[in-house]
Amino acid sequence: MSIEAKQEEIIEEFSVLDGDMEMTINYIMELGESLPELDDKYRNEDYIVKGCQSKVWMHAYLNNDKVKFDADSNTAITKGLVSLLIRVLDGETPETIMEHDIYFPEKIGMNRFIGTQRSNGFAAMIKQMKLYALALSSKTKTGA
Amino acid sequence: MSTAVSTSVEQIRKEFPVLHQEVNGKPLIYFDNAATAQKPKAVLDALSHYYEYDNANIHRGIHTLAERATSAYEDTRKSVGKFVNANETEEIIFTKGTTEGINLVAQAYGRKFLKDGDEIIISQLEHHSNIVPWQILADQTGAVVKIIPINEKGELLLEEYRKLLSEKTKILAVNYISNSLGTINPVKEIISLAHDAGAVTLIDAAQAAPHHPLDVQDIDCDFLAFSAHKMYGPTGVGALYGKRRLLESMDPYQGGGEMIKEVTFEKTTYNDIPYKFEAGTPNIADVVALKAAIEFIQSIGYTFIHDHEELLLNHANKVLLDIPGMTPYGQASEKASVFSFNIDGVHPFDIGMWLDAKGIAVRTGHHCTQPLMDWLRIEGTVRASMAIYNTIEELDIFAEALKDIVKKFKK
Repeated sequence: MSIEAKQEEIIEEFSVLDGDMEMTINYIMELGESLPELDDKYRNEDYIVKGCQSKVWMHAYLNNDKVKFDADSNTAITKGLVSLLIRVLDGETPETIMEHDIYFPEKIGMNRFIGTQRSNGFAAMIKQMKLYALALSSKTKTGA
Repeated sequence: MSTAVSTSVEQIRKEFPVLHQEVNGKPLIYFDNAATAQKPKAVLDALSHYYEYDNANIHRGIHTLAERATSAYEDTRKSVGKFVNANETEEIIFTKGTTEGINLVAQAYGRKFLKDGDEIIISQLEHHSNIVPWQILADQTGAVVKIIPINEKGELLLEEYRKLLSEKTKILAVNYISNSLGTINPVKEIISLAHDAGAVTLIDAAQAAPHHPLDVQDIDCDFLAFSAHKMYGPTGVGALYGKRRLLESMDPYQGGGEMIKEVTFEKTTYNDIPYKFEAGTPNIADVVALKAAIEFIQSIGYTFIHDHEELLLNHANKVLLDIPGMTPYGQASEKASVFSFNIDGVHPFDIGMWLDAKGIAVRTGHHCTQPLMDWLRIEGTVRASMAIYNTIEELDIFAEALKDIVKKFKK
């Protein structure tokens, strides 16, 4: 599935919630619970995503020239939000990740649900994921 | 204080338009009063009336509107003077708020009179606004900042405070009421001990003004700062009280119009207090509306406010303490209507988001008191801070909401 298709799928899922804040938070938390466990060795300062109010640890690596993301957060809601980004970007090539706009947070009304400050945190996470992709892209080229 | 009229919380609530709305489909419950309080109609009316009828720049204007604006501005100064029981109206300086009041004293008094090795005493309970200005001053002068420790209940350890005092102590600056824990500090005793050591004293009354009568002559503080917005007044305005003798000895805080007597390129002479500390066109409209906020508090009376808020705090303890996993912070014997807490296994941010979804506004995080959070060995808390318009029923809804949230995390 393309990055666009994955984003459209998320937008569709959230539209069903019809702006109900409690249902939305419930759903976001459920998504977070299904995120695979992050290895404890990545739960340190080196892997913290800056700009987030709550803590997010994120690790990225290459698997067959595709980027894999592992992440966790100390808050359940943030973890759910991170899981959405991973769903969109995980398994794509570094170039694809760098090229594509991530527009679904705005479309699902992230400003309304997580407030402006949290959206900045969200933007920081997207930026960090693209930086990971950039760093990993050089590895695929040198490896090739 | 005995001006309390027969009133009810229901009547008071009618004065606050913002309270009567739904947030996320639920009736708004506003428990973020320690951050800022809502504004009664009288304050909103004072603001719009000023702009609709009286707006002009104050002092030195010869036309009618300038005269009206000047009188309204200076009437608030008189009102604030009485509100804090100052000896003279000239001892009241308008500021942007508590933070500016403290910075003004740190720079205009501290920078002039402190030197290398002098000591400034603050406490473990302070808001960043009563920490950082003193750290800046310490960097500028070589003075040292000392900290009064607290006990597990969140009360200042006065025996330890006594040990910190010496002839080196030049400034003592503490809050009247802690914003994070609600502790009401025995400021009169603290000030008296500081004076015995020869220190100048400043009280951060930001959290006290909405809850507790202020009497600068009784507590005998040298400076006292507060903000209008926490006491049902507008944002962006506050007042600093200072004893005349000290204010006159200080250098100006900022230079500009209003604060001068004569300006030539060779030499400028400064205006008398309070104008010496009010450079530039001040926040006239909000100063004018501050008077309405003071009158609002006076119309209810601190006795009624105290009794109602004590009722709320007692009820909060009753319905919140037995929630599974509850850890309250701050159990001082003298305490304002603040309930700060964490729930085991749930991040404060998640609790705050869930409460917001249920229409309940609280604050989560370190509340600008990171050193206090470090001492408590936590990142932050959830803080519900109550005001005169909050009700027992709102606390019951809050308790049920929390129980519901806890269940979601115990799946």
